[in-house]
Amino acid sequence: MTPNLTYIVVIGVLFATGVTLLLERSLTRVLMGVILLGNGVNLLILHGGQAGEPPIVGTTSNEQMSDSLPQAMILTAIVITLGMTAFLLALAYRSWQLFGHDEVQDDVEDRRIMELAERTEGPGISETDDAQDESPDQETVAIKAGGGR
Amino acid sequence: MLVLVAVHAFAATIAPGLIRLLRQRALYLLAAVPAAAALWAALNVGRIHAGESVVETYPWVPQLGLDLAVRIDALNWLMVVLVGGIGALVLVYSARYFSADSPGLARFAVSFVGFAGAMLGLVVADDLLLLYVCWELTSVFSYLLIGHDSTRRSSRRAAMQAFIVTTAGGLAMLAGIIMLGQHAGSYRWSAIASALPTGGYLATALVLIVIGALSKSAVAPFTFWLPAAMAAPTPVSAYLHAAAMVKAGVFLIALLGPAFADTPLWQAILATAGLVTMLIGGGAALRQTDLKLLLAYGTVSQLGLLTVLFGVGTRDSALAGAALLLAHALFKAGLFLVVGIVDHATGTRDLRELSGVGRRLPAVAGFAIVAAASMAAIPPTAGFIGKEAAFAALLDAGEAGPLILAGLVVGSILTVAYTLRFLWGAFADKPGLAPTPVTPPGPIMVAPVAVLALAGVVVGIGSPAVDRLLARYADQFSAPSPYHLALWHGVTPALLLSLVVLAAGVALFWAGHRGHRVTLRLPIDGATAYERAMSGVDRIAVALTGATQRGSLPFYLGVILVVLVTLSGTALIVSAPWPRSVRAWDTPLQAVIGVLIIIAAIWTVRALRRLTAMLLVGVSGYGIGVLFILHGAPDLALTQFLVETVTIVMVVLVLRRLPPKFSERPIRSSRLGRIAIGVAVGVVVAGMAFVAAGARVATPISTGFADLAVPFGGGKNIVNVTLVDIRAWDTMGEIAVLVVAATGVASLIFRRTEALRRRARAPRPARIDAPRMPRWLMAGTSPEARRQSIIIQVITRLIFHIIVLFSVYLLFSGHNAPGGGFAGGLVAGLALAVRYLAGGRAELNVAAPVDAGMVLGAGLFVSVGTGAAAMLFGGNVLQSAVIDAHLPVVGHVHFVTSVFFDIGVYLIVVGLVLDILRSLGAEMDRQQQEADDDLREKEPA
Repeated sequence: MTPNLTYIVVIGVLFATGVTLLLERSLTRVLMGVILLGNGVNLLILHGGQAGEPPIVGTTSNEQMSDSLPQAMILTAIVITLGMTAFLLALAYRSWQLFGHDEVQDDVEDRRIMELAERTEGPGISETDDAQDESPDQETVAIKAGGGR
Repeated sequence: MLVLVAVHAFAATIAPGLIRLLRQRALYLLAAVPAAAALWAALNVGRIHAGESVVETYPWVPQLGLDLAVRIDALNWLMVVLVGGIGALVLVYSARYFSADSPGLARFAVSFVGFAGAMLGLVVADDLLLLYVCWELTSVFSYLLIGHDSTRRSSRRAAMQAFIVTTAGGLAMLAGIIMLGQHAGSYRWSAIASALPTGGYLATALVLIVIGALSKSAVAPFTFWLPAAMAAPTPVSAYLHAAAMVKAGVFLIALLGPAFADTPLWQAILATAGLVTMLIGGGAALRQTDLKLLLAYGTVSQLGLLTVLFGVGTRDSALAGAALLLAHALFKAGLFLVVGIVDHATGTRDLRELSGVGRRLPAVAGFAIVAAASMAAIPPTAGFIGKEAAFAALLDAGEAGPLILAGLVVGSILTVAYTLRFLWGAFADKPGLAPTPVTPPGPIMVAPVAVLALAGVVVGIGSPAVDRLLARYADQFSAPSPYHLALWHGVTPALLLSLVVLAAGVALFWAGHRGHRVTLRLPIDGATAYERAMSGVDRIAVALTGATQRGSLPFYLGVILVVLVTLSGTALIVSAPWPRSVRAWDTPLQAVIGVLIIIAAIWTVRALRRLTAMLLVGVSGYGIGVLFILHGAPDLALTQFLVETVTIVMVVLVLRRLPPKFSERPIRSSRLGRIAIGVAVGVVVAGMAFVAAGARVATPISTGFADLAVPFGGGKNIVNVTLVDIRAWDTMGEIAVLVVAATGVASLIFRRTEALRRRARAPRPARIDAPRMPRWLMAGTSPEARRQSIIIQVITRLIFHIIVLFSVYLLFSGHNAPGGGFAGGLVAGLALAVRYLAGGRAELNVAAPVDAGMVLGAGLFVSVGTGAAAMLFGGNVLQSAVIDAHLPVVGHVHFVTSVFFDIGVYLIVVGLVLDILRSLGAEMDRQQQEADDDLREKEPA
């Protein structure tokens, strides 16, 4: 099979623009990135099969038909992208409702652990003070206290 | 025998119920279960005596050649007696040890009986994988039992420590077992033993297995977990840390010994580790003030001794080992129970506080002395015949014999000394110390001690019978020998050694008692190493998490994409077969559309307004649809156009609530970084597309589809037949994803359960009372509808039913022409969207008076049901059948069962769109209206 240059360029652009939007913080932009990427992927799969006449028996000879397997895969992918779009939209709306914007925020817990690591504190450094350690929740308490320091 | 193990499992499951019913008295009942195992052993003693093996096999995982294979020889038989008998005695004792209101009693009962079952399985398993499973089960139950007092941090730590050490060892052992099993082609020990590998392979496997055994039996360098495990209730210590779990390691060494004894490495490791452990444990026991810890270190010491004896691997040393294994289980379990009684009666286990207890509890003290006599190897006890045999065996055990013997003698002197220290500490009158107040224990607590102590004497006196049984095991070792276990061999070097040991032990005790501190520091501090390792792991976890989990989604995605670019890009450049020829397009029209898509996509990135960006995405989407047509994929084009349309409706519904412009643009540099990653990914993927298309040389699998579609699928549209028949499993998975997505959307928008219930109720529209007014829509008089243009309402009225009819047509014709369930469902969904846009949520409820969840569920039910029905008719799952029938009136009917599958798909897609309209449309309207109403109420005030 020879590659189709038009497809290749369109796939490249769809991936480039899709990824650029995907890396944004605004959920609406992320969503648009996902849609563009979805289209790019579908085209990539389509490119794997030969083009031709519609794959309907009786309308054309078997040799002239386009490859039907990638089409079946893409068809469900298109509809799933629809479900995904709806979900991301709901997510964006919910975020806007709760925080007044639709931006993806940094995970606070991850940040905290990162700071612990940088200050070389936390579990594995300061422990074994058994004297006051008879409460079951002591370990969690100790970690929380570490975060506040 | 396997039935007995199953009975343990069953008893463990009903134990909580029994405890609730009978409280601690249920333990008497449960004691019958391990007692049954001991009884089984007693009934089968004749067969073992005659040298027979009891073998049972049930297939377990035949594909892996795994059987529940059980094989009971003399050694296993001995362990069954100990595990069952001592288990039953300890349970009886526990019924008095715990009070009716002890917390966690049910958990104790479950774990204890479960442990007994796992231990039983362990000692009878012939299949080493079965042995491993039971091995780890005992670790799990021991974790639960040591951590019985779960509110104390120290006991949780001890439990965790014991668990980590023994399971880590267990994993090493598993690796060793697999090495041996793969080599032998079977995991049955009886098969492996006769097909051992050689050289470095054997050495590696052997070391791995030894690590497992030593960690389980708390032999150096793994000793530290056992003393810490004394946080467990005393009955647990008596069973796990004297008779059962810690013996598992020694048992394994004893089991494998006959096959490995000739390997020098085996002997060297075990003798060294065992001797070190024996001396360390004995020395530490002399320094303890807690009676239980004293016994724990004593146990460590004895386990070391057993390891040495089984590791030396001569016939006589193995015989001595087996005898001492039996003796130790009897006296040590008994002594632990004594500690429990003393603790219960006085409230302390500290030998500095106890005084005059012996006078007040003469019976307990008496039995304790009998048991202790066995520990110190005084005739006529089991300990004595074992120790004598050990000395005798090592006196003629080759060149390493004398050295090991010397270590053993020193260890035995320590044993005598700490035995005296124990008896003195627990029962003696101490000058200057008032007699400790004592609450006498009941006879039921003393009885198990009596049984265990006297059993030790019985074994000693009945040594000829014991000898015959244990010799069945010892004779497996290569060199035959005439030695027998007996109380009297005449005046032999071994007897003289025994006397020396006794005298020196007494002297050492007195010396220590007089204030001369015996110092034997631990050369290898395993506990510190463990602590360091654990905190190191914690530290690495924090550092690693901190380094990799930056908490920023764009960062994570960026890393993933950069990896994609680097790896795939490098692979492309270095090794990809670049195609030689390339064509610009199939038809020039593709290029025109391509340019359109490219412009729309790039413009999307630059757009500042949400709606503009979304419309541009739509343009590129429609462009893709046109490409599908040009490619010869009408089904895809149809679906793509419909999806794009639904997407735009959806997006507009949400965007009316969001601000029109994107928020403030972030800093320029990060934007350039994003674009750089984007372009890099685009280039790499384009390269991949280029290479992939060129690399394809095989005939596509789908060329055969055309010939199969009509005869087997009953349809001419190959894509549709693929979806509902050839690859129907895929489609089933995908529609399930749609159901999940729809549920996710609903749960994000209908935030409260109350709101979700309203969604279910919503389909019952409020009655609209304006029958005389002419109206175009059912809910035409609702306030929302009145805001809409009348023209839209008229058009909606005219086209709605036509669209729905068209959707049904697409559904049914899809098998032979472009269309199908997906396209049909989308069209029906669009019809509903039109109704909603024209008349608001009341109109939507009239148009679709059902809960979206019901539609989704019905769809999934129909699809899955079709698949399952095929099975009922004797076909494969999702197999379709072509039915041709001639019906009166209707005429000839041609019909394919997979159409039902497609109906399910249709329903799910309709349900998805309906769910989206209800969530993103109607519920958002309602929330907005609520907010507006709130605002209006506040304004006048």
